[in-house]
Amino acid sequence: MTTRTPARWGLRTLAFGYLGLLLLAPVAMIFYKTFEHGLGPPIDAMTSPDALHAIWLTLLMVAVAVPLNTIFGVGCALLLVRHKWKGNAVIDGIINLPFAISPIVIGLSLFLLYGNEGWFGPTLAEWGITVLFSTPGMILASVFVSLPFVVRETVPVLQEIGTEQEQAASTLGANGWQTFWRITLPAIRWGVAYGVVLTTARVLGEFGAVTIVSGSISGQTETLPLFVAKAFEQFNEEAAYAGAIVLALLALTTLLLMSVGGRKAKAQGGPIPITGDAAISTSNAKEDS
Amino acid sequence: MEGHPATFPTTPPRAGIRLPGVGVGVGLGRGMVVLYLSLMVMLPLAAVLDESLSGGLGAFWDSVTGSESMAALKLTVICSLIVVAINAFFGTIIAWVLVRDEFPGKGAVNALIDLPFALPTIVAGLTLLTLYGSDSPIGLDIAFTRVAIVFALCFVTLPFVTRAVQPLLMEMDREMEEAATSLGAGGFTVFRRIIFPNLLPGILAGVLLAFARALGEYGSLILISGNIPFKTEVSSVFIRSQIESGNVSGAAAVSVVLLAISLALLVAVSLFARVGAHGEEPGVLPRIVKRIANRSGGIGG
Repeated sequence: MTTRTPARWGLRTLAFGYLGLLLLAPVAMIFYKTFEHGLGPPIDAMTSPDALHAIWLTLLMVAVAVPLNTIFGVGCALLLVRHKWKGNAVIDGIINLPFAISPIVIGLSLFLLYGNEGWFGPTLAEWGITVLFSTPGMILASVFVSLPFVVRETVPVLQEIGTEQEQAASTLGANGWQTFWRITLPAIRWGVAYGVVLTTARVLGEFGAVTIVSGSISGQTETLPLFVAKAFEQFNEEAAYAGAIVLALLALTTLLLMSVGGRKAKAQGGPIPITGDAAISTSNAKEDS
Repeated sequence: MEGHPATFPTTPPRAGIRLPGVGVGVGLGRGMVVLYLSLMVMLPLAAVLDESLSGGLGAFWDSVTGSESMAALKLTVICSLIVVAINAFFGTIIAWVLVRDEFPGKGAVNALIDLPFALPTIVAGLTLLTLYGSDSPIGLDIAFTRVAIVFALCFVTLPFVTRAVQPLLMEMDREMEEAATSLGAGGFTVFRRIIFPNLLPGILAGVLLAFARALGEYGSLILISGNIPFKTEVSSVFIRSQIESGNVSGAAAVSVVLLAISLALLVAVSLFARVGAHGEEPGVLPRIVKRIANRSGGIGG
């Protein structure tokens, strides 16, 4: 350490102080508030019909949006990396779009397409399909906001693994699907898994886009984040805190999976190490990979 | 990773390689990708653009420059600027402590940095309210003020600068610093002349990403900001209130402005990452930027 001791302590104090005040203390506080009166109240709050429905609906969003974006993501990444095409740059740019857009704007865009006076709304209504203020609209919003993750995580891994093994397999007579299932997919699985974790986290916590298209009807179109917001606004703080804790625990699980997945993906030669122990371990031993 | 070149060209054209969807399949796959992106992303955005111009360019301009919408835009931009300045300062310090300092529990602290990316934004807002709201146990009530907006935005953008600076700091050659020190440079001089210039591209990339995120943020603000027009109403909240009061084209106009700013920022980041990355590993910064963008869960939430 070349840094002198007083300077080091000064920097430490600033870093820990900032993290503590902004991150750690508030998170600890919400845990304290939730369990202030024991386990009973939060459990009661989370087992009310509306809360259970909100949890169920949130899981439904995940169950639909995550597989959709995973299949799309892997397929799209394969096309982008393995098949040169003039349109690839355009596709690549469009995939980044959901990152550049406020979730409220995403909600508005779906509102404009599927609302009563929207582009598709009236026609779909004639067919008896309601998208807005019901589950399909919320699924569309979830798909939109979480679209880029799997593609973005899979592309670098695909580039890294190269095509030698795939070529060997195909020389030995494997057809396209066999090569994909036996060679490509096992080689990219941690990158894909990492993308799936990020997609899931985003869908679980999405608020802005879903709030616009859902109408937030309790027991009908309310996901867990919407439930938390509404409970708080109705001064039902117990329910709000309990819902927030459920979401926070899911986030902590995500964080754990992120650092494990990040490490595995890195071991596979994929993402650069910028988080978790992967980053730490390389700080002093750069040559370890 | 060391064994591979830093830039990855598209894999060379297949030499007899058979992947899923060769020939007809590739065309079909491309068609499906284009269809999916059109339905899920492009059509909805086209609808926003169309709606914003439904009353002509004059109406668009009036919507954007209306007093409430201008106040919201100004507040959003000013708060975001303050937030990225705070981020640049503390983010760099945190990165420094995580890379150059040794202390027990370093791995845990390092993992904690990503918490704001993993935590749903509504929970982030509620969390801050429990400590800094009207029931504040430490007597610090900032709810429904502009300070609260800055707090919430600092929370959700915390990882950007740290995560952009960390890898640069790791790859930095210690010899330069040692040489400077042996030539008599003090700690601060070494930082100002050697370390800071090396970290600057990372700091700027992190700042740009954090700024784009702060502009569109919604979920963490609605509970804590109070959404008072002309006082604590940011643009995303303004858009929401316009939708609810039936002024959809006004909402669309402001959306287009937000969209244009964040698109310009993202283009700036990617151009800048390409230019700012120098030395023997030209690919590092662009990849850092891409990965942070992905980690962050995009903008808002």
